[in-house]
Amino acid sequence: MDSSSVLRALAGGALIGLAASIALVAHGRIAGISGTLGRALAGDGGLGFRIPFLLGLVAVGALTALAWPSALGAAVRSTPVLAIAGVLVGVGTALGNGCTSGHGVCGVSRGSPRSLAAVMTFMVTGGITVAIVGAQA
Amino acid sequence: MRFAIALVSGGLFALGLVISGMTTPAKVTGFLDVTGSWDPSLAFVMAAAIAVHAPFVRLTRGLRAPLFDTRFHWPTVKGLDPALLAGAAVFGVGWGLSGFCPGPALVSVGAGALPVVVFVGAMIAGLVATRLVVRAR
Repeated sequence: MDSSSVLRALAGGALIGLAASIALVAHGRIAGISGTLGRALAGDGGLGFRIPFLLGLVAVGALTALAWPSALGAAVRSTPVLAIAGVLVGVGTALGNGCTSGHGVCGVSRGSPRSLAAVMTFMVTGGITVAIVGAQA
Repeated sequence: MRFAIALVSGGLFALGLVISGMTTPAKVTGFLDVTGSWDPSLAFVMAAAIAVHAPFVRLTRGLRAPLFDTRFHWPTVKGLDPALLAGAAVFGVGWGLSGFCPGPALVSVGAGALPVVVFVGAMIAGLVATRLVVRAR
């Protein structure tokens, strides 16, 4: 990886940390995407936090598609495989109470033992999966 | 105002994912591909996000309430349990298979490309179904 990718990774990561901090300090909420989405779909808006947060997320995606389409990279698998992967991600994050953001960023920042265990677990099974199927189809 | 702050938080979160390259699935599977051509970007993203967020978490310990709510909504579940580890393991398989976790998937769905729409639809189905089953127990 070249130095510009390192800088992009660090700058983007810092923005993610800032966004999570705004959610926490302003709304008292954990910026975990799977939990925010799951609870919003269950009709719990989290006192006006969840819907606008998710709207902001998707809206910036739509703007990126217009302004910087190459930043939204191509899928690495066929669509039927993505459907299976989507179910696994949905089931797994609901059962495990979080994903890369809720456990990986917010939970680790708190030093939560549950989140540390979750992160180690999904990185190991993700690594094993890629070792078996390869990084790209 | 509350709405605007939550919208900005979601937007910044998405911008961070886009800038860091995390909306490119090949970069995520490249991180999990430890035995192949490893791409460490995701580790830099998480490290930067945690470095920014952790001080804010500490800061909230001295606050009685967030700006727009009466209390902080910290997770109430403590300790490790089989559901946490099983969920994280299943999530990791879907993550490794697709290169998508919930955040980047929701950002990318803003572009409206069919493969990501299918992934997000399947993810939502898995998320909602699992939450219903877990609730019913």
